[in-house]
Formats: sequence, C-alpha cells, structure tokens
Amino acid sequence: MEGGFGSDFGGSGSGKLDPGLIMEQVKVQIAVANAQELLQRMTDKCFRKCIGKPGGSLDNSEQPGRPGAGVRAVPGAAKSRAEPCAPPLPQKCIAMCMDRYMDAWNTVSRAYNSRLQRERANM
Amino acid sequence: MRKHSCRKVASLRRTMAELGEADEAELQRLVAAEQQKAQFTAQVHHFMELCWDKCVEKPGNRLDSRTENCLSSCVDRFIDTTLAITSRFAQIVQKGGQ
Repeated sequence: MEGGFGSDFGGSGSGKLDPGLIMEQVKVQIAVANAQELLQRMTDKCFRKCIGKPGGSLDNSEQPGRPGAGVRAVPGAAKSRAEPCAPPLPQKCIAMCMDRYMDAWNTVSRAYNSRLQRERANM
Repeated sequence: MRKHSCRKVASLRRTMAELGEADEAELQRLVAAEQQKAQFTAQVHHFMELCWDKCVEKPGNRLDSRTENCLSSCVDRFIDTTLAITSRFAQIVQKGGQ
C-alpha cells in the first residue's frame, strides 16, 4: 500500500505528514464513530419506549403499556376518539423520543462535566 | 462499543512513527486531548444506558425538571457508587492480604 498508514491520515505521495491535516481527519472519524454509537443506542431505547407488540408495520405496532391491547393504531383514528391525552402514533413517539434522548444526552453530559470539575477542585 | 473511536487513535499512533520528532510530539499532545474527549463521550453513552431507563418514563414534548434532576442525580450517584466500591474493595483486598 502506497504511504502505509500515512495515507489514512493525510499523507501525500511523498510521504510527508501534516499534523494539522491528520488531526482534522481524526476528529472527523471520531465524530462519525460517536454519531454511529449515538444512533445505535438511541434506536434501542426508542424502540423499547415506542414499540410494544410489533405489528405488520410501524403504524400498526402497539406502544408498550397502552390500554386496549389488541387494537391496532390507525392513522387518523386518534382524532375521532375523545381521549384528552391520546398517545402519539409510533412514528411520532419515535421522533419525540429521539429529541428527548438528545436532550437527556446533553443534560447528562453537563452533569458529568460539572462533577469532574468539582472533583478536580477538591484535589 | 467505545472501542471504535479508541481504535482510530491507536491506528494514528502507528502513523506517528513516520513523522519527525517535533511533529510527533505535537501530534502526541493533540491525540492525547482527543483521547480524553473520546473517553468522556464514551462515559456519557454509558450513563445514558443506565439513567435513561431510570429517569425517562414516556418521552414527551420536552424534558421536565423532575426528569432533568433525575438524570443529573443519576450521574452523581453512579460516580459515588464507583468511588464507594473502589474504596471498599481496596479495604477488602488489604484485609485479605494479612
């Protein structure tokens, strides 16, 4: 392989490596890996929150813990029911779950950062 | 799962063998900083694994303050637990050695 591992991280044909360019690519790759992990965990958690009994499609899947088990969720049916707090359809649940997951991620990140700073101040 | 970004850093270290000394020292500094950031992020993912289930019932239009407090406390209590286990384990090991 021309350039060996250097070609992974910004090496040119002459073999000269630029730390700045290398770090830029490293940061991008780490960010991508982080995004993949975030998506994987988010999918897992939101699937658990939003899909109870898996149906034939996303719209036909029940949400966990909903009363009236055995009744399929049909788009538009929620409007005709008089329930004040009709649970959202699975797709809406998933969208909300994603947003809340990222909110929670930020909250946890801030809490952890604060704790680290507190611990450092105590040392 | 956290190994993915750590593997990137490891592969970078092999690359560093091809650099000059000054560049290598510079890169080592930058890599260490990124590694620390990656460890922080991996730890946040881990907290989310535990704390989301404990604190979030049904995802709504926003996180209410009870949920936010639960998440913050969860992080602190987990760290307290880690410290408690570490220190007690050290005692156990020490007693076992006598």
